[in-house]
Amino acid sequence: MSKLRLRFKKTGRAVYISHLDLMRTMQRAFARAGYELEYSKGFNPHPQISISLPLSVGAASLCEVMDFSLKTEEELSSVPERLTRQMPEGIEVYDAYEATRKASELKWLEIEGLFEYDERSKAEMAEKLTEFFSQESIVISKKTKRGMGEMDIRPAFKELSFETAAEGVKLHVLVSAQEPTLNPQLFCDALEQKAADIAPDFAKFTRIQAYDREMNIFR
Amino acid sequence: MDKKLERILLKVQKPARYTGGEFNQIIKDKSDVSLRVAFCFPDTYEIGMSNLGMSILYNTMNSLDFVWCERVFAPWGDMYEEMKKANLPLYALESGDSLDKFDMVAFSIGYEMAYTTVLDMLEMAGIPLRSKDRPELAPLVFAGGTAAVNAEPMAPFIDLFVVGEGEEVNNEVLCLYKQAKDAGWSKQQFLTEAAQIQGVYVPSLYEVSYNDDNTIKAVTAAGGAPEKVKKRIVQDLDSSPFPTNPIVPSTEIVHDRVSLEIFRGCVRGCRFCQAGHVYRPIRSKKTETLVKQGIETLKNTGYQDITLLSLSTSDYRQLPQLCDGLLEYCQDKSIGISLPSLRADNFSMDLMEKLQKVRKSGLTFAVEGGSQRLRDAINKNVTEEDLLNTCKIAFEGGWNTVKLYYMLGLPTETDEDILGIAEMANQVLHCWRMNSPNKNRGVKITISTSCFIPKPHSPFQWEPQISIEEYLRRVNLLRSNITARNVTYNWHDAETSLVEAVLSRGDRRVADVIEEVHRSGGRLDAWSDYFSFERWMSAFEKCGIDPAFYANREYPLDSVLPWDHIDVGVRKAHLLHEREMCYKSQLSPDCRKQCMACGALKLLEGGRRCDE
Repeated sequence: MSKLRLRFKKTGRAVYISHLDLMRTMQRAFARAGYELEYSKGFNPHPQISISLPLSVGAASLCEVMDFSLKTEEELSSVPERLTRQMPEGIEVYDAYEATRKASELKWLEIEGLFEYDERSKAEMAEKLTEFFSQESIVISKKTKRGMGEMDIRPAFKELSFETAAEGVKLHVLVSAQEPTLNPQLFCDALEQKAADIAPDFAKFTRIQAYDREMNIFR
Repeated sequence: MDKKLERILLKVQKPARYTGGEFNQIIKDKSDVSLRVAFCFPDTYEIGMSNLGMSILYNTMNSLDFVWCERVFAPWGDMYEEMKKANLPLYALESGDSLDKFDMVAFSIGYEMAYTTVLDMLEMAGIPLRSKDRPELAPLVFAGGTAAVNAEPMAPFIDLFVVGEGEEVNNEVLCLYKQAKDAGWSKQQFLTEAAQIQGVYVPSLYEVSYNDDNTIKAVTAAGGAPEKVKKRIVQDLDSSPFPTNPIVPSTEIVHDRVSLEIFRGCVRGCRFCQAGHVYRPIRSKKTETLVKQGIETLKNTGYQDITLLSLSTSDYRQLPQLCDGLLEYCQDKSIGISLPSLRADNFSMDLMEKLQKVRKSGLTFAVEGGSQRLRDAINKNVTEEDLLNTCKIAFEGGWNTVKLYYMLGLPTETDEDILGIAEMANQVLHCWRMNSPNKNRGVKITISTSCFIPKPHSPFQWEPQISIEEYLRRVNLLRSNITARNVTYNWHDAETSLVEAVLSRGDRRVADVIEEVHRSGGRLDAWSDYFSFERWMSAFEKCGIDPAFYANREYPLDSVLPWDHIDVGVRKAHLLHEREMCYKSQLSPDCRKQCMACGALKLLEGGRRCDE
C-alpha cells in the first residue's frame, strides 16, 4: 500500500516517551489494532515507520506526523479510532491519509511555551523576555555532533510574543522546524547564557500546529 | 501531574519509567474502591516490569472489585537524589499518589539482595521500618516471593508474609483486611486472624529463643498461630488466572516480550537448587491452554517475541507440539519464540533450528560442576558426552558462541574437579575444530563461575560456603589452567555471594545488619553499581554479628534451622537423604523415573498426583 501518514497528539504522561520508545510503542499499537506494517527488506527487517521531526522528551505536541506503510489495503477512516484504543495514555490519533507531500516540506512549527517563575514578577519577566528576544541577533553556544558550536537563533523564529497567565508567562512563537531546526528548549538555553536573571525556573513547550514555507497548514 | 515531579523528570535518565500511563495499566475510580494496595517491587522498573509473578498478582489483586492495586518501583540513583532534594515521597505509578494514601503496602521479594531496597522504599514512603513502630492497621506491610521461604532476616520489618504462590492467598488476605477495616479491628486482631489462613506467616506471633552458642534453641508460636506455616500452591494451573493483557511498558525493559509460564516446579532435584525444591510439586499447563494464552497475549500486547518460562523447559513433555502450535501463529508475523533453560541432555536441535531461523544467538549451558563425580554429587544430571554431542550439532549448525556456567565451592569439590572445567573448555574447543563448517568465523567459548551459596530448603542448606580467600584461590587455579585463546573466563565476585549467603541463611538478628546498611546509604544492592562490601562489613561489625557464623559455618544436622517453621512441602528427611547421597557421589533419579517421596505431593488436594 502507498505511503501513509498519521497525525496524532502526544500529551500528558506520554510526553516522557522518548523518540525510540515511541517507535516501539507505535509498532506494538499497530500490531494490537490488527494492522500489519510493511517491513524493510534485508537481513534485519524492521517496520517501515518514520517520524521526521522527533519531539524532545518532555515536550508535548498536538500536531505530530508519522509516515508508515501497511501490507494490506485498509479502510483509512477507521484507523484513528482503532489505533487510539491501543495507545498508552496521552497519545491520540486524529487522522490517517495518503501522504501527498514530502515531510521535508514542513517548515514552521507553532509553539506554545510556559515559563514558570516561582519568585519573580510575571509581568516584569514578560516585558524583559519580549525585549530580550527582539534583539537582532542572539548567538548562543550549543552542543552539536562535533562538540560545542555557535548558533544565531534569531533567524530561526518569528512572531514571538509573551503574555502573563495564571501559571506563568506564556510564549507564543513560530520556530523553524528544519534547516535550521530550532528546538524550543534553546530559548531557555539562550536565557541561561545571556540573561540568567530572567531565565525561568521551569519551562515546557507544546507543538500546536505545523506549516509549510508559505504558512499553509502542513498535512 | 505533580508539579514537583514534573520539574525533576527532565533531569533524570529514562523518565518514562517514573510516570505510569502505559497501555493496559489498571485505572479505577478511588471512590469506587475501599482498599488501596501499593504493590512494590524492590528493584528498578525495568526489572520489576519483567517479573511475571508481579504481573500475575497485579491482575489477581485487581480482580477484586473493592481493591485498587497499583505498582511502585525503586527509583534509580539519579531519580532517588532528585526526589530527596524535592522532598517528594515515593508514589504509585497509576494514580501518582504517595504511599500514605494506601491501606496496604505489598512487596514481592524474589532475591535476598533486594532486602535493603525494601527498607529504602519504606523510608522513601515515610513509613516506619519496623512492624512494632506501626501500631495501626494501616499501613499494613506484607510480602511474598521466594525470599519468604526464609523470612527471618526481614521478620521485624514485615507484618505478614505470604509463603508460596500468591494467586489465591493474597486475595484471601485482602478480603480479611477489608473485613478488619470495616469492623475497626486492631492490627493485632487482624494479624492473629490472618495467621489462620494457610500460607500466612506472621513473624510477630513467633518467639525465637537462642542457645549460649548463638544457635537457635526453639521457635514458639503464640496466639493460635500454627507451629509450622505451610506453603500455598495453586492446584490447577490451567484454570488459574493468567494475565493475557499485561501492561506493555512504553520504555524498554529487561524482558521486553511475552512471558508464558509452561509449568511450575521441577522434576530434577539438583541438590544446590532452592527453586527446584521450594516450587514443588511439578504442575504443567496443558498445551492447548498455553497456545491459547500465548496467542491471546501476543495479540493483546503487540510484542514481537515470546519466551517460554519454567525451571527446565526441556522437561515440558509436549514441547514440540507447543512450539508448533505457537509457530503456526508466529511464523508469518516474524514473531520470535525463545526457549531459555534448555538442558544439554535432551536438547532438541531440530527445535532450535526451527525457532531460530534468522538469528543464531549463543548457547548457554549450566554445567555447574567440573567433573562427572562432582556433577553426580550435586545431582546435576549432565554428562560430558551429552554436552559435547549437543555442541557438535550446534557447531555443525553454524553456532559459534558457547557459554558454560559453573559453581565453585560446591560440597565435596576438589582441585581435580576445578581442573576438569578447564579440560571441558578444551574439549568444547576441540569439538568446534572438528565440526565447524566455517572456521574463519572463529569461536567464542566463555566459562563463568560463581561462588556456591547454600540455600534454605535445599539439600545443601546445612553446608558451609567457602571463604572469599578460598574462592579466589580456586578462581586463580582455574584461571592459570585456561590457556586457549578462544576461551574467556569470567568469575562472579565472592563478596556479594558472602552477603547473599548470610541473608539466605540468616535469622532475625541479621535484621539489624540490614537496617544498619540501609541507614548508611545501602540500596539497590543487587546492582554492582551500588553494592558496597565495606558498607556491609562495617554494619556486621557495628551490630556485633559475624558473617561467617551464617555463611561459612556448617549448620549441625540436628540443629533448629532459622526457617524450620516454614514448611514448603519437601520433608527435611528427604533433604538429609539427598545430602547423604551427595557425599556418596550418587545420583538420585528424577521424579518421573522414580518418586523419591519428597513430600510435596501432600500439597496437592483431591487425590491429584504430581505432573499429571
